[in-house]
Amino acid sequence: MSFQEQLIAFLTIVRKEVKRFMRIWTQTLVPPVITITLYFIIFGTLIGERIGPMAGVDYMEFVVPGLIMMSVITSSYTNVVSSFFGAKFQRFIEEMLVSPTPNYIILLGFVMGGVTRGLGVGFIVTLVALYFTDLQIHNYPITISIVVVTSVFFSMAGFINAVFANTFDDISIIPTFLLTPLIYLGGVFYSTALLPEFWAAVSKANPILYIVNAFRYGVLGISDINVNSAFIMIAVFTIVAWFYSLWLLNSGKSLRQ
Amino acid sequence: MTTALSIKQLSKAYNNGFQALKGIDLQVEEGDFFALLGPNGAGKSTTIGIICSLIRKSAGKVRVFDYDIDSHFSQAKKQIGIVPQEFNFPNFEKVFDILVNQAGYYGLPKKLAVQRTEKYLKALGLWDRRFDAPRSLSGGMKRRLMIARALVHEPRLLILDEPSAGVDIEMRRSMWVFLKELNEQGTTIILTTHYLEEAESLCRNIAIINHGEIVEHGSMKNLLSQLHKEVVILDTKAPLASAPELTGFTAILVDDHTLEVDIEKGQTVNALFTELTAAGIEINSMRNKANRLEELFVNLVNSGAA
Repeated sequence: MSFQEQLIAFLTIVRKEVKRFMRIWTQTLVPPVITITLYFIIFGTLIGERIGPMAGVDYMEFVVPGLIMMSVITSSYTNVVSSFFGAKFQRFIEEMLVSPTPNYIILLGFVMGGVTRGLGVGFIVTLVALYFTDLQIHNYPITISIVVVTSVFFSMAGFINAVFANTFDDISIIPTFLLTPLIYLGGVFYSTALLPEFWAAVSKANPILYIVNAFRYGVLGISDINVNSAFIMIAVFTIVAWFYSLWLLNSGKSLRQ
Repeated sequence: MTTALSIKQLSKAYNNGFQALKGIDLQVEEGDFFALLGPNGAGKSTTIGIICSLIRKSAGKVRVFDYDIDSHFSQAKKQIGIVPQEFNFPNFEKVFDILVNQAGYYGLPKKLAVQRTEKYLKALGLWDRRFDAPRSLSGGMKRRLMIARALVHEPRLLILDEPSAGVDIEMRRSMWVFLKELNEQGTTIILTTHYLEEAESLCRNIAIINHGEIVEHGSMKNLLSQLHKEVVILDTKAPLASAPELTGFTAILVDDHTLEVDIEKGQTVNALFTELTAAGIEINSMRNKANRLEELFVNLVNSGAA
């Protein structure tokens, strides 16, 4: 396929993915916004007022970056895992597999679909956050780059989950039993400075802690961890996830017999 | 003449150890209408799956219009349109979008994709249903949608895996007309089917596969000439009390108005009627007991099984 043809194939997959989540916007766009709004109301406003400042900023301001990142992570992941597994389960992934579209274009297309939804939900949640608090972005390049790379990484994580999934239960196990606990324990609602030394050290094994703190640094200029190490970690994870995802596609794992 | 499909020593062993293909050779020329027949589990769908890269081969070579499916996969895939046995649509997408997207996966610009979509949806009688989701279509319409989807990039080789499964007679016949026209316009067609009447009426060349091996490969005419006998059913005008003695023919009385007669290779229908006339039997109608290809198929498959 020429570059032009590959571009057409890529845009076709992205368009199809965007149409898919827009068609079911009540399932894909509204629920995360409602959930995060409830977090803003309950943790930010009602409980937050009693908690007082966290890491030197108002508690509402403190939780906003983590909640935005939480919506980006879950939306990116969920989009790709459900879309790719659905295509595999109903076998219409074969439409792409029999075509000359290269595997990396298929992967890029699904990832871009996940990134579009993740950033879309993140943007809506940010607009909602602006109703509750004033957001002054401390560092735009860091804020934008970390949210994009995070969305790319979790889209690929969703893809890997979908490849291995055999049933619809399999696509909810990782989000429920791994992703959600990691997000909640990833410093969204608290600073690790509050934790005892042992648990603060344990928290550093949680990759989401780095992502949330790097994003919080971009927005508020405060972080529990070194921002450079957060970037290096997420970049390494993303590169590894890309090559692993591509290897899975090339090997035909659960797609080609 | 260009070879549309060339398969050499193609083998496939699945992970469970089942040897689906045992080094088959197959050649289909450009412009052919080719039937790949075989009982369930013989290796037909495995062969097709390998050609369109949904199944990985264990060994062997496959070339499509001189493009090796391994070293020139992109060019090879562009030549192929595949109509799978099972429906595999995105059930919530519109019929129109399914075709436009499929064209996109082959790198067709949007404008051309839309033109082709209109062309093939109209050709297959689905234009009025273009805004519907596939789940609202009948079985026959879904089958035609799969053909339209396979044609949207205008492949030179169209492969249909059981295209008539679940399709009523009228729709099956109209599908045959469409496929014949398509073949006359130059598209090479390979089909697998359980309707041997379909294969006999559509296809010029044929291969029969059984237990992962090609047991016959040649022209339909030559294969049918291998039949050693045909069994015909005769409806008599007057009732018969017993089977008549016909010189050179074996006749069985099925009921008082029906005779079953074996015509051996070399014997003629004229000779049979001469004998019937001599016996004073008038015939209202005559038909083959089974489709000729079906008889040959059963013979070949049974001899292979033995």
